[in-house]
Amino acid sequence: MHIIKNKKIFIGISLALVVSSILAISIRGLSYGIDFTGGAITEISYLETPDINEIKSNLASASIDAQVQAIGETGVVIKTKELNEEQRKTIATLVVDPYEGASIDRYNSIGPSVGKELRTKSLYALILVSLGIVLFIAYAFRKISEPISSWKYGFVAVITLLHDILIPVGILTLLGVEIDTLYVVGLLSILGLSVNDTIVVFDRIREQLSEQKEQDFDKLVGDAIYQTIARSLFTSLTLIAVLLALYVVGPDATQNLSLVLLLGTIVGTYSSMFLASPLLTSLVSKKGTQ
Amino acid sequence: MWKTRIIALSILALGVWAGAHVYTTEVEGTNPFRLGLDLSGGSYLVYQADVSKLEGEDIGDSMDSLRDVIERRINAFGVAEPNVQTEVHSIGIEGEEHRLIVELPGVTDIDEAIELIGQTPELEFKIENPELNTLVLNAQINGVLTTLESTTDEQEMLALAQEIQDLESTRYISSSLTGAYLKKAQLQFSQAGAGSFQSQPMVGISFDDEGSKLFEEITSENVGKTIAIFLDGQLVSAPMVNGAISGGQAVIEGNFDIEEAKTLVGRLNSGALPIPISLISTSSIGPSLGQDAVASGVFAGIVGIVLVALILILWYRLPGLIAVLALGIYTAFMLWMFKFIPVTLTSAGIAGFIISIGIAVDANILIFERMKEELASGKRIYEAVSLGFTRAWDSIRDANVSSIISAIILFWFGTALIKGFALTFGLGILLSMFTAVTFTRLVLLGLVSKEPQSKIMRFLYMSGIKK
Repeated sequence: MHIIKNKKIFIGISLALVVSSILAISIRGLSYGIDFTGGAITEISYLETPDINEIKSNLASASIDAQVQAIGETGVVIKTKELNEEQRKTIATLVVDPYEGASIDRYNSIGPSVGKELRTKSLYALILVSLGIVLFIAYAFRKISEPISSWKYGFVAVITLLHDILIPVGILTLLGVEIDTLYVVGLLSILGLSVNDTIVVFDRIREQLSEQKEQDFDKLVGDAIYQTIARSLFTSLTLIAVLLALYVVGPDATQNLSLVLLLGTIVGTYSSMFLASPLLTSLVSKKGTQ
Repeated sequence: MWKTRIIALSILALGVWAGAHVYTTEVEGTNPFRLGLDLSGGSYLVYQADVSKLEGEDIGDSMDSLRDVIERRINAFGVAEPNVQTEVHSIGIEGEEHRLIVELPGVTDIDEAIELIGQTPELEFKIENPELNTLVLNAQINGVLTTLESTTDEQEMLALAQEIQDLESTRYISSSLTGAYLKKAQLQFSQAGAGSFQSQPMVGISFDDEGSKLFEEITSENVGKTIAIFLDGQLVSAPMVNGAISGGQAVIEGNFDIEEAKTLVGRLNSGALPIPISLISTSSIGPSLGQDAVASGVFAGIVGIVLVALILILWYRLPGLIAVLALGIYTAFMLWMFKFIPVTLTSAGIAGFIISIGIAVDANILIFERMKEELASGKRIYEAVSLGFTRAWDSIRDANVSSIISAIILFWFGTALIKGFALTFGLGILLSMFTAVTFTRLVLLGLVSKEPQSKIMRFLYMSGIKK
């Protein structure tokens, strides 16, 4: 009962977090990786720890505008604009050939049209997945119309989705994580996980409604939350365990993905308990059916 | 009761078999996992084809011949299992873009990869070299041939073969006529005349206006001689000119069967309708980086499963142990499917698989929490187990359907990387409905009797319940 009684506080917390995320995103701006903007990444490994400044000045001598970062003990990542054949070879002669045993581990160059396509496609995918899920929820809860209609469950699920996406994106923006394809995959998985959590609680409400219609809706929702709380916590715990494993010991390539998902899981668990269902009860009060 | 137990044991046995099979084929190397370029090392190149000069209906054919030509070039260099494919992109960009995707496993040097693919296929029409002394050339070639026959050193043989080719190519000199003037090549058949039952396949070619003029000039100057058609520097055919040809139409007769004629048409069209290609995206990954990713991906999977197993057993006791067993079977089946479907594994794909483990466990948690509620309300274990499954099913179904919807949209819509993720994620959810729901249910029901239960059973099933 406490969650529903204090719903203003919990909804307030969510609102504050969402607003600060939006602020963070609009002030700092989203930083897209080369997948989306086009550009090139060259990853080089050396036998010994390289002198970053030397590499920088080597590149500057050929007036190649590049960001150089150390990676691991003996590696370097060079980020540039999209390179043509000649520029790519120039980089190799400047920072690989002079060093014995140095080699290019990874080279990735993406043209602007490919990047643009990926950006649009990712956005479409996000919209399509959300749409698909909302339609499915409206369908799955179609038999319920009292005290609120089934499309409102779908509506609340979308609000929760936005909440679960915006807050991790806000935090990741503050952390300076670049948006690449796997980041987007992460966001899309959050959509799935967030809806999973929301559906489990809604499902409990649906069940309670069909069993005991006379009960007060606020109390019924409160009960549903308490009955599913153990499940929500344990599922999140196992997911967090798996994701932490992936983050800590998994491949570098999926590190951002697991970070996105970790944040999404935590925020998603919070919202399924403290945001989605309380919002549902607010929709009833406003309609004045109670 | 016994039926339940037997089915449960069969599934378990099948799981053990799948696991053992995965293990032995991996150790013996008879059927290793198929690894994507990001894990095995290799190059991935995306070319944009400029089809602006082509008619709509010719684009598909030309792209096909472009693909064939490039595939042949790569095969000539002995790259293992290259993948060359064409794609049409229209979402998220202006108009339509035709792309050629080339995957070269094991080729980690980007320079080498780009050279392999080279530029637009080149069609040339060459005429006999008027200054050539055929007798001298033949003598030279015969000389090299004699040396070639007497040598056994492979390096030397290759060098000599190249020498013969170089000598042969001096028979012809370039004319001004090239593939740029060829409008089209097509498969034709000679009329089956009296006395011949079969029509002979031929290759008809037609030139554009300027090409027609050049062709007429060249043919009139070379009556009684041959004109050689070279594709990518290789002699394709050298038809004899019987008279000046005007109108820009010609026929290449030869001893072709239909397949050869079709191939030639394809090759001529790819040279004739040059599709200029430009590199728009490149990616190459060294082998060591990929190996590291596989090793750490597998390690992360193991750590993740062990952590989940600990949580499940500590909290849910016997049911938890069974869920862990189900998870083991799930993993064995998944890996087996990866091998035998087969699924090309990428780092994103492995991530999808690891996340699906979390979802598989969620189904069990939903069921066990439900079971505990029923037990707490005083039901007997057998009843509680059945009810737990029935009641949790709605949630599991709805939650999994929404995940499957996401997986399908991602698979249908995504780029290669996202597809890999969606595939393992979607497969995982489908399979987990079987292992986490069906299998666990069979085992739990098979273990408890409908008769009054012992204290031990109650302890094993009821964690965190005080009653």
